Amino acid sequence: MSGIVLAALGLGGFALGYVFYSRYIGDRVFQLDPDFETPAHAQEDGVDFVPTNRWVLWGHHFTSVAGAAPIVGPAIGVIWGWVPAFLWVTLGTVFFAGVHDAGALWASVRNRGESIGALTESVVGKRARNLFMIVIFLLLLMVNAVFAIIIAQLFVDVRSSVIPAWFVIAVALAIGWLLYRRGVPLLWPSLIALVLLYGSMFVGAMYPVSLPEQVLGLQEPAQWVLILFAYAALASLLPVWVLLQPRDYINGIQLFVGLAIFFGAVLLANPTVVAPAFNTGLPDDVPPLIPLLFVTIACGAISGFHGLVSSGTTSKQLNSEADVRFVGYLGSVGEGALALAAILACTAGFATLTEWEAFYSTFAAGGIPAFVQGGGAIISEGLRLPVHFAETLLAVMAVLFAATTMDTGVRLQRYIVQEWGVIYDLPVLTGRGISTLVAVGTCIALAFGAGGGAGTGGLVIWPLFGTTNQLLAGLTLLILSVILMKLGRGTVYTLVPMVFLLFMTFFALLVQLADFWRQGQYFLLGLDLLILGAAIWVGLEAVATLRRTWAERKEGKVAVGAE
Amino acid sequence: MTPPPSFRRFLELLHEFYESRHRSSLAREMREEDDLFMLLVFSEMMGVPNPASYYTLELLPILYERFHEWHLRMGMERSPLDHFRCC
Repeated sequence: MSGIVLAALGLGGFALGYVFYSRYIGDRVFQLDPDFETPAHAQEDGVDFVPTNRWVLWGHHFTSVAGAAPIVGPAIGVIWGWVPAFLWVTLGTVFFAGVHDAGALWASVRNRGESIGALTESVVGKRARNLFMIVIFLLLLMVNAVFAIIIAQLFVDVRSSVIPAWFVIAVALAIGWLLYRRGVPLLWPSLIALVLLYGSMFVGAMYPVSLPEQVLGLQEPAQWVLILFAYAALASLLPVWVLLQPRDYINGIQLFVGLAIFFGAVLLANPTVVAPAFNTGLPDDVPPLIPLLFVTIACGAISGFHGLVSSGTTSKQLNSEADVRFVGYLGSVGEGALALAAILACTAGFATLTEWEAFYSTFAAGGIPAFVQGGGAIISEGLRLPVHFAETLLAVMAVLFAATTMDTGVRLQRYIVQEWGVIYDLPVLTGRGISTLVAVGTCIALAFGAGGGAGTGGLVIWPLFGTTNQLLAGLTLLILSVILMKLGRGTVYTLVPMVFLLFMTFFALLVQLADFWRQGQYFLLGLDLLILGAAIWVGLEAVATLRRTWAERKEGKVAVGAE
Repeated sequence: MTPPPSFRRFLELLHEFYESRHRSSLAREMREEDDLFMLLVFSEMMGVPNPASYYTLELLPILYERFHEWHLRMGMERSPLDHFRCC
């Protein structure tokens, strides 16, 4: 199988999905109305509600949702062969993620720009709102822990990435300062920043950095995890404009540059997919494809996190309701393209099948290192760049995605802890310092509990992260289904994905429960049980709400077509 | 040499891309700083001696409108200050 053909099939599938399926959904199901006054106009305040150009909004939405997760998931998921991962990413993006993202955006726009959390309360009930908060907290906890482990692993595997990954912080600080303190226009700092970033990769390749083998009994990855959380704690306390904003910006630009470089290299090199279509010689520890594939690859096929972004900030800036397709659906297509790139890197970036099998020797062994090495090989062949530089480029890309997500994640967790301090009348928790410590402390505990600190655990926790993400997506799809049912429109486009997702998530949690029990990993077992409880709760809530809405509709209590 | 309009438009959009993502948190931070400033200006009326009150007096009319918005935001229907009524 040629890499170009695979890329063309995937991107072509996305294009067809956008042109035909999203139009069908937009016209028939959501019935998008270009004349509808969106919250950005109706409640314009120059702060949250601001009508924004659709290209800008798309870029903002896409870069907010795309991170390290659509790379890690597919990079692990191709262990079952390239066909299952490829089909799930393309079909999932077209029929699941696009509808979910655009739907969350539409529902929010039609409800004064409320977030999905607030919509859960008004559409389903207060109890479901609490459930929603629990799932989000679990998700944030895991995001931070998992991404710290990933970065630590990358720093150890690709030592040349250490210098550029930290250097970019200095670049970001400089951009923020130039823009806000000096009023310099954005163009030159952006170009110089990119040149400096890619230049620093050469420097990094010349001076690989390694930490001492052991400090206080902690191995290298564990030391990195601690350093990263110390950094994240500090960064989350800085004003947004100082670091987070320019960092997000550099990341966004870098994402577009990275995707262009990668697909350009695929086009020039036309690598051959050496991985098997269906892997028949699976290593012993690999769990069954059904259901684990559907939680291993979450972002890139469908991810509940997108609903938070769609309904949180994007919906308040949507200029016209007709843009829901462009921003929401195409935003998820962008992430699908990133996942597709990861699949290509991890299946076509190896010279022979034996080399590929050596990499995928255990379930969680592939992951990001496979993406870096495979993708590096493709880029270096396509663009005639030194292999080492190409690998550094991809490693830094993944590190930056993960690190920015950590910055935001720790900040959000701090807000939640502070809110608890207010709700439960614990003034200790409301301070910035203590709440940050609590947030970071729980994440570190999870990172070490999940075996990331030892440097041997790999990413055993990854599928658990996927299940939480899918639960959130299931909740959002439930809300969409209820809204659509009340309006008397077709619910099959949201209900089928919801049932499928909840079933696979539940099934996967059970399979993993048995695995953790057998392996004696009681920490993860407890976590699994916690998520399982939330999953059962979501399922019950879904059945009860849908039955209630259905009965109301039959009695004619809900006016058909009413908003 | 002036750049062509399409390029200028691109720069505008680029700037918006930089700003739009964090617009609300920046505005909130700005508001907090403004609130602190307002507290300084009004400190004399709340019984906190302010050596610069002679100079900050001039600022009162400018802050007048924002003061009304501020006490509403703080959940006070009427102005909390005895000598400073706004509604």
